[in-house]
Amino acid sequence: MYQAVSTFDVNKIRNEFPVLNQVVNGKPLTYLDSAATAQKPRSVLDVLGKYYREDNANVHRGIHELSRRATLAYEGARGRVAEWLGASDPAEVIWTRGTTESINLVAATWGFDQLKEGDEILLTTMEHHSNIVPWQLVARRTGARLRYIELDDEGKLRLDELDELLTDRTRLVAMTQVSNALGTVNPVERVIEAAHARGALVLLDGAQAVPHMKVDVRELDVDFYAFSSHKMCGPTGAGVLWARREILEGMSPYQGGGEMIGIVGRDESSWADIPHKFEAGTPNIAGAVGAAAAVDFMEQVGYEAIKEHETGLLRYALNRLAQIPDLSVYGPKDVRERSGVIAFALGDAHPHDIATILDSEGVAIRAGHHCAQLVMKHFGVAATARASFSLYNTTDDVDRLVAGLQVVHSIFGR
Amino acid sequence: MSELNLNSLYQQLILEHYRKPRNKGELPEATVEIHMANPVCGDEIRLQLQIDGDRIVEARHVGQGCSISQAAVSMMTNLIKGKSLSEAEGLADRFTAMMHGDEEVAKDRTMGDLRALKGVSKFPVRIKCALLAFDALQEAIKKTKDPS
Repeated sequence: MYQAVSTFDVNKIRNEFPVLNQVVNGKPLTYLDSAATAQKPRSVLDVLGKYYREDNANVHRGIHELSRRATLAYEGARGRVAEWLGASDPAEVIWTRGTTESINLVAATWGFDQLKEGDEILLTTMEHHSNIVPWQLVARRTGARLRYIELDDEGKLRLDELDELLTDRTRLVAMTQVSNALGTVNPVERVIEAAHARGALVLLDGAQAVPHMKVDVRELDVDFYAFSSHKMCGPTGAGVLWARREILEGMSPYQGGGEMIGIVGRDESSWADIPHKFEAGTPNIAGAVGAAAAVDFMEQVGYEAIKEHETGLLRYALNRLAQIPDLSVYGPKDVRERSGVIAFALGDAHPHDIATILDSEGVAIRAGHHCAQLVMKHFGVAATARASFSLYNTTDDVDRLVAGLQVVHSIFGR
Repeated sequence: MSELNLNSLYQQLILEHYRKPRNKGELPEATVEIHMANPVCGDEIRLQLQIDGDRIVEARHVGQGCSISQAAVSMMTNLIKGKSLSEAEGLADRFTAMMHGDEEVAKDRTMGDLRALKGVSKFPVRIKCALLAFDALQEAIKKTKDPS
């Protein structure tokens, strides 16, 4: 389908996304909410349909042909994702519902088992609530303490404080690779190196990274990596927790049920080996198959090409938005330090009002706290407006956003 | 959705209340206070009422949010001052009906400036913004009648 960087053709890519070709409120749809969820290409839609039409059966338990095919598809998808992530072993890839469940899995097993009073978990104030609240639950249960890396005025991490925040008591650093609220790309390698030097493990929330950049867990030298397929053009309800084999083997099971057991007795049971130990119940088989198709799609387009396209788009958007009076953009000024997201304010127009007016122009953005209330607090606002970009967006989309913002200005500027 | 609808939503009167909210600030004499927030979007209203017997003597509010939520609480506090609890409840019922498209209420002069919010009924995702103030009012009345 797509071969090399030089063949990147955004119109050809848009043709792969049927949902983009529609009229909303009398205007062509301008979808700028991919950080919430990305649209799905034909190849993903087709594979989902094909799985249910031709192969649907439960996995790992049937002797019959369809069960064999479903198991092959499900485990094949695991292998595909493992290879793409740079994992050494498919068994290190645990299927979950998404990033949130991946993080909760680590909190409820490793966190509850390993942490005790006086231990410290280092977070950042840039985290999505899904990488804060699970650790608050752990802290409440174990007596561990939460500490935070703060933000500077540009919405970048204050890593000058890192040496002070990392102590011998730090057991885990849990942080996002790319901010969903600001688009900030964090220098995670530096944090991983410093955390490991202190003997702490590192969990990365990769939800906003995998749609935009090549991730290699072994190159990153990270310990836990969580992401959702739906942000990278895959189906909802399918996500991954990756962790190193020795860590996963030492962890308690997450949920109990079928699929995760070895032998079940009246009072005690034994567990299956990883990854099945963490996958109780019938999994989201179609979701896994769709997630692997999304991986194929992203790799066929090529992360280098995606990055080049999106960086150009961000630069164009930041330049155009700078021309709108009273508009201010949150987040890093240097386009190389941001990815995918532009959060902004426009005069005294509330983000909801901005979103309603843009919607009437066919432009879909998000308004609110973006599940990042600590970020909102840092900037002293209750909400922001956020336009987010994906590989299928064009400069025309940016132009329609700008035209819509001029309507906002005409209403609120009067 | 046409520009016409946008104009019906963002009437001058709404923007005026948004920018210069009436009755904004703390009410030390308040007999009841209700904090209402929309966790989805972060709109927040802290409604404070001074109720003497059956009558709302004074009404003030603190908070922040979109033009619709803030204009609604500004207009509402203007109207409920001096009203009995049952009159205020009636107002809340009529406003809710207007949000669900009742055209007759929108012509009712006793609704005062609140009539300017009629256009919100055409924007289903924004109805909650307009109703936040009245949800707080209804809670405040309930709490006053039954303090336990």
